[in-house]
Amino acid sequence: MPAIGNAQLKLLEKLCNACAVSGDEAEVRRIVLEELRGVATDVRVDALGNVLVTMLASGSKRPRVMLSAHMDEVGFMLVADDGDGLFRFETVGGMDVRQLPGKAVLVGRDHVPGVIGARPIHLTTADERRHKIPLDSLRIDVGPGSPKVKPGDRATFATRFQKSGPALLSKALDNRLGVATLIELLRNAPAGIDLLVAFTVQEEIGLRGAKVAAHAFGPDLAIAVDATPANDLPTWDGEENAAYNTKLGFGPAIYLADGATFSDPRLIRWLDEAGTAAKIPHQFRQPGGGGTDAGAIHKSRAGVPSVSVSVPHRYSHTAVSIARLEDWKNTFALLFAALSHVPSNLLVSERK
Amino acid sequence: MTELLPFLKQLLSVPGLSGYEDPAAMLIEEQWRPFVQQFSRGKLGSLHALRTGTGAVPRPSVMITTHMDAIGLMVTGVVNGFLRLTQVGGVDPRVLPGTSVSVYASGGGEPRILPGVVVQPAAHLLPPEARDGVVPLENLFVDTGLPPHSLAGLVRVGDVVSFAQPPVELSGETLSGHTLDNRASVAALTVCLEELQSRPHAWDVWAVASTQEEVGALGAGASAFELHPSMAIAVDVTWAKGPGASDWSTFPLGKGPTIVMGPNIHPALHEAMKELADRLEIPYAVEYTPTHSGTDGVATQVAAEGIPTLVMGLPLRYMHTPVELVAVKDIQRLGRLLAEFIAGLEPDFMQKITWDD
Repeated sequence: MPAIGNAQLKLLEKLCNACAVSGDEAEVRRIVLEELRGVATDVRVDALGNVLVTMLASGSKRPRVMLSAHMDEVGFMLVADDGDGLFRFETVGGMDVRQLPGKAVLVGRDHVPGVIGARPIHLTTADERRHKIPLDSLRIDVGPGSPKVKPGDRATFATRFQKSGPALLSKALDNRLGVATLIELLRNAPAGIDLLVAFTVQEEIGLRGAKVAAHAFGPDLAIAVDATPANDLPTWDGEENAAYNTKLGFGPAIYLADGATFSDPRLIRWLDEAGTAAKIPHQFRQPGGGGTDAGAIHKSRAGVPSVSVSVPHRYSHTAVSIARLEDWKNTFALLFAALSHVPSNLLVSERK
Repeated sequence: MTELLPFLKQLLSVPGLSGYEDPAAMLIEEQWRPFVQQFSRGKLGSLHALRTGTGAVPRPSVMITTHMDAIGLMVTGVVNGFLRLTQVGGVDPRVLPGTSVSVYASGGGEPRILPGVVVQPAAHLLPPEARDGVVPLENLFVDTGLPPHSLAGLVRVGDVVSFAQPPVELSGETLSGHTLDNRASVAALTVCLEELQSRPHAWDVWAVASTQEEVGALGAGASAFELHPSMAIAVDVTWAKGPGASDWSTFPLGKGPTIVMGPNIHPALHEAMKELADRLEIPYAVEYTPTHSGTDGVATQVAAEGIPTLVMGLPLRYMHTPVELVAVKDIQRLGRLLAEFIAGLEPDFMQKITWDD
């Protein structure tokens, strides 16, 4: 039975430490292509930079299953050179400006180190400290006279991947967890289905890669594999936290409905039953906002029955997010188990 | 010359929060050992290192104090596997969310260092005013990623939490990291001690790595009383010009140290240091502190019956954030200037300084 082990963890580390802000996914794309050498033969890079992999099975009436994981991460783009190594920047993707001051960053493809500082507390006023530090007061500082940095360069948090006990601490677990999962599924392709795997671009800024990838593939059904927030923290007033979205340690999260997609109920049931039969812990993501590549895929062409499965993780889109290795292992196990047994009547059964 | 950066980077990698400075003191003692004759520890923990002068006994002495304590956080409670916090020293809670930290867990027998991160809960878990605004420290947590049952007993109330941002060299020979306030000045004092190896000096030199500056210059005051030097020089970081810092109280990065003037500082010492810097053509700026220098000098000035005090500044950007930034050249200049000043002190220097009345 294929599973997530040390080699897979090493690959995840490499993927997490790579920098691939939406619109410049080159570094992760390079790793994906490298990993797929000798694994898949039909691999191409499309007009937007998606990596599209087709792996056909033998036999007739094979379901055409699309799997999608986005390669991009939230980050920054340098937009103006203030001189003296200081650059103005904008955020790319959904970021909370409160997460930026005091962080180290890596700029451009050469990973030039820089920092986002803040006004020293000694020079702030009490009134000022009651307000968020605005983005336009922040700069990326690479030190005076760095010739290798220029406006247009992307930057990401400089956090390095770390494992601590059962926990994984890293930037960009959203969605290198998904990318690593799909690479592993291609290495261990379940029999009897046509696998159409998309490593997509620009998910964080509007599911752009997934839209064209789904069109290109024209699949029978699709699963977006992503990382989703676990807001399983205590509330400020000690009341029960009823809106946790997902919980760490409770296994992969199957989506029912998010801000972009109503998951196909037949696919939800299929995944749930596959997990239960194989005794793989799994959970349902609380219906709510947010979205995955499925938001674009399910509206492709004449429509594609779709669902999402995510690894729960805390503090998405910040310098340090936290996931549990066990949840990732179970995410892979659930997908492998389900894809190994796609019922022939899956898409002709009732939507209930 | 000993490599400055490896020592400084190593010094930045140990905690040593105010009141808990031993890890820093041990490293500094090791680094200073070749340059001094004797070590002692003050009652509040400061490291005292004596480098004996060549003058006749009783010799005058100069105490140079660089505080070694760091700002940081302390655990006040453990809630469902998450750590509640208070601050040690002046921490702006607005720079904390997403900050990597090391938790020094004391409850599991052998002390353990747990990696963690300061986290800001999702909006709906916060009080209404903090949902889209500043999240006060009392609503932030540290998450180590360990489940509640693993954390129970491992982390205790009172455990210290330090910033974990590793030091990083940036362009233009600058170094960024936490606790460069004030370990960059410790490094400057180290440069000074090493320079003195080849420079005869009449005065005794007390190199002091002081404690608890960030919570009120407590170590330096106690050491000044105990060592009773003829003169004290407090060396600390000051604000460099940069984003959010551009007024008269800020100084260009990489353009030399500051020689501070103001009521904490004896005017004759200030003038003597300026004359020396001019003569040596070491670039500097004059820093004006109209009431209070915010350094160890505040305490040394009023120790015992009063000690003539000089204050020197090292320009640093983003003070009290995990990514403080200094120019390596300024550290070297400051160390050299201190050494030259000490080497130039005549045995009767203190008798000759007069009030310009």
